[in-house]
Amino acid sequence: MTDQSKIRNFCIVAHIDHGKSTLADRIIEKTGLLTSREMQSQVLDNMDLERERGITIKSQAVRIIYQAADGEEYIFNLIDTPGHVDFTYEVSRSLAACDGAILVVDAAQGIEAQTLANVYLALDHDLEVFPVINKIDLPSARPDEVAEEIENVIGIEAMDAPRISAKTGLNIDEVLEAVVEKLPAPGGDADAPLQALIFDSVYDPYKGVIVFCRIKEGTIKPGMTMLMMATGAKAEVVEVGYFGAGQFIPCEELSAGMVGYVTASLKNVKDTRVGDTVTDANRPCEKPLPGYKKVNPMVYCGLYPADSAKYPDLRDALEKLQLNDASLQFEAETSVALGFGFRCGFLGLLHLEIIQERLEREYNLDLVTTAPGVIYKVHKTDGEVVDLTNPSNLPDPSEIDYMEEPVVNAEIMVTSEFIGSIMDLCQERRGVYISMEYIEETRAVLKYELPLNEIIYDFFDALKSRSRGYASFDYELKGYVKSELVKLDILINREQVDALSFIVFAGTAYERGRRMCERLKEEIPRHLFEIPIQAAVGSKIIARETVKAVRKDVLAKCYGGDITRKKKLLEKQKEGKKRMRQVGSVDIPQEAFMSVLKLDEGNR
Amino acid sequence: MELYIHIPFCIRKCVYCDFLSAPADMETIAHYMECMEKQLVREAASFQGKIIDTVFIGGGTPSILKPEQLSRLLAAVQERFTLAAGAEITLEANPGTLTRTKAEALKAGGVNRVSLGLQSANERELRLLGRVHTYRDFLRSYELLREAGIVNINVDLMSALPGQTASSYEKTLLRVLALHPAHISAYSLMIEEGTPFFEQYREDEKLREDGGTPRWLPGEESERAMYELTGVLLAEHGYERYEISNYAKKGFACRHNIGYWTGEAYLGLGLGASSYIEGIRFCNTSELDEYLSGDFAPRDVQKLSKNDRMAEFFYLGLRMSAGVSKADFIAQFGLRAEQVYMQEIPELIGSGLLEDTGARYRLTDYGRDVSNQVLWRFLLG
Repeated sequence: MTDQSKIRNFCIVAHIDHGKSTLADRIIEKTGLLTSREMQSQVLDNMDLERERGITIKSQAVRIIYQAADGEEYIFNLIDTPGHVDFTYEVSRSLAACDGAILVVDAAQGIEAQTLANVYLALDHDLEVFPVINKIDLPSARPDEVAEEIENVIGIEAMDAPRISAKTGLNIDEVLEAVVEKLPAPGGDADAPLQALIFDSVYDPYKGVIVFCRIKEGTIKPGMTMLMMATGAKAEVVEVGYFGAGQFIPCEELSAGMVGYVTASLKNVKDTRVGDTVTDANRPCEKPLPGYKKVNPMVYCGLYPADSAKYPDLRDALEKLQLNDASLQFEAETSVALGFGFRCGFLGLLHLEIIQERLEREYNLDLVTTAPGVIYKVHKTDGEVVDLTNPSNLPDPSEIDYMEEPVVNAEIMVTSEFIGSIMDLCQERRGVYISMEYIEETRAVLKYELPLNEIIYDFFDALKSRSRGYASFDYELKGYVKSELVKLDILINREQVDALSFIVFAGTAYERGRRMCERLKEEIPRHLFEIPIQAAVGSKIIARETVKAVRKDVLAKCYGGDITRKKKLLEKQKEGKKRMRQVGSVDIPQEAFMSVLKLDEGNR
Repeated sequence: MELYIHIPFCIRKCVYCDFLSAPADMETIAHYMECMEKQLVREAASFQGKIIDTVFIGGGTPSILKPEQLSRLLAAVQERFTLAAGAEITLEANPGTLTRTKAEALKAGGVNRVSLGLQSANERELRLLGRVHTYRDFLRSYELLREAGIVNINVDLMSALPGQTASSYEKTLLRVLALHPAHISAYSLMIEEGTPFFEQYREDEKLREDGGTPRWLPGEESERAMYELTGVLLAEHGYERYEISNYAKKGFACRHNIGYWTGEAYLGLGLGASSYIEGIRFCNTSELDEYLSGDFAPRDVQKLSKNDRMAEFFYLGLRMSAGVSKADFIAQFGLRAEQVYMQEIPELIGSGLLEDTGARYRLTDYGRDVSNQVLWRFLLG
């Protein structure tokens, strides 16, 4: 059995771009599990998409062996955490699997909003945290000031923090020694009833569901019947093992203090929810580990195949993605304009974009996406409360008593020169000011309560453009508040297009309706007849634009040498039509269904 | 079968022109004519016995050839191919490049139709188009041809030019009508990619397409007004619009061009020239170096399927005012058009774009204005 005192389970926390993944690469490289040649850059991010976007989507872990200065061999389990606000819960479960954390701070940028958020999250999970100051090779590096900042703002000792360059590999040894010296070894009794925390799970077509877990108490080995305490799913353990770099390495058992994987003949990650506790079905632990919650989607939109014949393909693809992503939800829906499709729920807009891109890239699907929305609570006069995810399902106004919308607590970190413009932005988005705290002379954290539907579209872009890229932003769901909401309908050629309807705050309905009409006028090509585009609330038209009829579309000449070339033009015209959706007698380009996303600044 | 011969040379390239043509020195032209004669001899041998109904020598500006070169080319055509009695032999010419000797050489060589590129009778518009001639040059050339005994003359005109007004266009039309040419081609300016005009007016044109008001080009209403004026004015003077941009006095419609729209076979000689033989489209190389090295291998070879041919039947045939014949369709494809285009034909008729005359289908006036929107519907698969 492995000596617990020689194990370190830790993660790296950082603000985006401060060098978390690069440091992880260096640590893996230094510990010698891989040769330099084998190193792909950023080993932990093994999805293409992640690499391109430079963010980590799914948690990953790696077990490495470190020969310390004291002559002993240590097992490091490095657990990588997702780096986006959409995945806050997953981050928290990854942290719960660790005993310590390395805090990476950029020597030039200093502390940023996410740095704070992540450190607080780590401290909340009782992790031991030590800082390292990265990017000291930059000309603008100011490590002494940053160390002071860390001590003043976060209150952890930073004067002896390793000063490194993850990029060049400078002083990485210091980091490894600090892991041994400063981070605690895990505890737990290998003979106690099994209690293991699921911090991730993936689906593998050969092995079935692979559960990533941290053993808190007891031991797990093949042949045992394991029980997932929250979902109630049971399965026989087929294999246990630990994480090599990019591969699974089986072993005999995993005992208290260890991090590894378990496979069982489970077909769906729904049974192995992140945060759930695994125990021995025949000798269960008394109670599950704390902190489990079922993550619920916050943002919904309709996904439709551009080619309606591809509906079964889309369903298969969504099912496959869901095997790996329990937070993705979908159910079949029908739209008059778009035919058969799915109403899908996501953790946030980034999650939506990632799923959309994966569907298009990995499954070769051409998609039409409708405007994303949040879940509204509709209180009906008969006392029933309906969760509304699709605007088309809004009950008749006469049946509605009142409606509620989700609001979030938002924290925005911004340098003092931009405070004014960011406050304006929050005001425009119906934000309620909570507080402002200066964390140092030139920087403050603004706290606002903001309606979720005001931030899911382009808030982040607006924030960046109004702060020249300096502001950063984090939020968590606070709850629901009563709000004046209306459904904005769009009529094209006097026919309502269900897929273009959206819920909007009554006070901004006119403005949004007007912009929506303008936008659609640009998107919808001219037809052989005039097309009115109208925005309506209830039966009241609040805005109108007109797409004029085609007056002329003719080739003046077409002789022997022109025939092939001109035919290609006609083919293109036909192709273009195919890519459009026919609503009544009007062809609407697929992009138009996302128009609502492009109504605000930055895109105009 | 029809014969097309391409002369890819001109004095100066016009700013709107996207034809395969460029200025060249005398030596290159002479070399080209030798090569082309080789191709002519070779092709003629493989089409022994085929009757040639029409010949069209286009460009470029074929009239920049020397009289001897013209004579030699025409003699080779007459000698190597079997021409039908009364074959239509057309040559494209530009004002200012014709001389009395050339006109006589044409007549002697069998040319019985000349197409003169005037484009406009307005000097400002001619300069804008980058033309090398004046209106007076045109009158002189026209006179020379008449004196040489060539009566079947076409005059090429353009409308919807930048800054052109309905009244300046009408003046051009009236000046030309005073000469009573047998045939008039009047084209709405097309802004073609790869031309200086494209660089200059692309955005303006885009604006017009989207229904806005262009800065230099005539707006879409005045563009159409000029087109309608052409039809009305020419009809008053006894010309029939027999195709989107072509007008002729009775009996003078261009047989060669009608061949393109009715699926006739044609053989193309010279640089970049296209052919359509036994249901196969192909063309010669467009690289002068390759052509001058004697590379006559066919390029872009496309065998048309039955679906392709049915689509072409409509998308070319409907360019003509008479439209397409239902009986011809059955004769060529063994099917009724309504069986193939079960949805399309009734829909197009229903929306007032297509007309059923009993024996034929043809575009309505509005259908012609927006013909691309009609024609793509006939593409199959």
